[in-house]
Amino acid sequence: MSRSRVAAVVLRILYLYRGSPQRVFPILVWVVVDILLWGFLTRYLNSVARAEINFVVALLGAVLLWDFLTRVMQGVTMALFEDVWSRNFLNYFATPLRMSEYLAGLILAAVGSSVVSLIVMVTFARVAFGLSFLSYGLALAPFLAVLFLTGIAFGVAAAALVLRLGPASEWLIWPIPTIASPFAGVFYPVTILPGWMQAIAALLPPSYVFEGMRAVVAGKPAPWDRLALGGGLAMIYLVLACLFFMSVYHTAIRTGLIARYSAETLS
Amino acid sequence: MSPPSPPVLSVERLAKSFGTLKAVNDVSFQVSAGEIVGLLGPNGAGKTTTINMILGVLEPTVGRIAIQGVDLRADRSAALSCTNFAAVYAPLPGNLTVEQNLRVFGMIYAVENLTKRIEEVLATYDLSKFRRTKAGVLSSGEQTRLSLAKAMLNRPRLLLLDEPTASIDPSAARDIRAGIAGMVESGRCGVLWTSHNMVEVEAVCDRVLFLSHGRIVLEGDPKTLPHLHGAETLDDLFVSVAHETLDEGRSR
Repeated sequence: MSRSRVAAVVLRILYLYRGSPQRVFPILVWVVVDILLWGFLTRYLNSVARAEINFVVALLGAVLLWDFLTRVMQGVTMALFEDVWSRNFLNYFATPLRMSEYLAGLILAAVGSSVVSLIVMVTFARVAFGLSFLSYGLALAPFLAVLFLTGIAFGVAAAALVLRLGPASEWLIWPIPTIASPFAGVFYPVTILPGWMQAIAALLPPSYVFEGMRAVVAGKPAPWDRLALGGGLAMIYLVLACLFFMSVYHTAIRTGLIARYSAETLS
Repeated sequence: MSPPSPPVLSVERLAKSFGTLKAVNDVSFQVSAGEIVGLLGPNGAGKTTTINMILGVLEPTVGRIAIQGVDLRADRSAALSCTNFAAVYAPLPGNLTVEQNLRVFGMIYAVENLTKRIEEVLATYDLSKFRRTKAGVLSSGEQTRLSLAKAMLNRPRLLLLDEPTASIDPSAARDIRAGIAGMVESGRCGVLWTSHNMVEVEAVCDRVLFLSHGRIVLEGDPKTLPHLHGAETLDDLFVSVAHETLDEGRSR
């Protein structure tokens, strides 16, 4: 794998962000809006519920983590969409650039944009609502790592779908986090779900993250074995997503789709 | 006497089928260093399919492509590192500036002394004043010049040009043809050139290949080929081949 070629893919995305405030807008503003909305809601719930549970930590923390996963996934897919929209596939893939290098570039770009999002989220939640994720220290890192791997796996699989089904299929991609969230137990324990939903939740790595975070917030020890299971699942999904992407790419080379791919090629 | 250098491009028995359609059918040819070869034919003859296979973005059904002796199927990345292309249907990303585009593609081709090389191609293609302009707002002629600048960045051994002077005014087109011919005369680079401008083809190409229904039907020197086949000019020969193509198509 050539570092220069991977860096070129990342640099292209960096140039896009640098030259276009509207691309930076979603990274910063939607995150802030989400935290404002859920921050005030949880503050209100704290004031009326008089419950043992601190809603700010339980709900706003969950929103923050779910937003992180969504940003990671969108970091990958948005980077791909930029090449779809600018019809850049022929320019890219008629060069020495390997698909694995392109994919590595998309993932690295997603790392960058999601880390920026995370810093904005954590800082704003701390300043506005006193939610201090940093108090959990390094113990938080494995939880974020599982969400990160899941976001990358979702993003790579979504990118493969767009490559396979055509640019208009991006409309299938955006709702993926929203569709997954009821099963992932973002705001409630998975045990309250009906059996068939619990079965799906067991296949979703984020469900282990949110179960674990609820335990930690409640002052219980972190269920590391369950989190490790979630991490293992996320790794498997990431490998499967990369294999799916490569398979779609090879099909596109065989059929000539890469050369013909344009705004509405397959729609 | 030095031994003949290997061809920069070697295409052997290349074929591509889409279902029952044979878009390219048993095509073989070579391009040597210091040679400009014209790939001609009416629309649908298989020119772009052939070029896409040479660029590694379309897998041949059968056949072998070697660039600088490197088998494209065996080591795509190495083969394409000494290749470059410019095509009217592949403009560079419009949301990057001229300089950003050249830097990104220069890094992909691992161009040494990239900053200096960017300055050279900007000057050669008269793009220095547009270096901070987004490629998408350039005129079509300026975008074509940018594509050519990108194509020259890595000093390719094999250059694929699909309608390289389309959208360029005659004066700039002449300069560009002279620049490419000068580069080829140095003996380092071979060019595969497609165009529907037969005057241009006659002016720059050392040899032409006529494609029809995915097959090479004529091959030779563009200056003598028309007379050998009873045509006044290359343009007349092209029309004649195209009509035969149409007639064959109707009789099927």
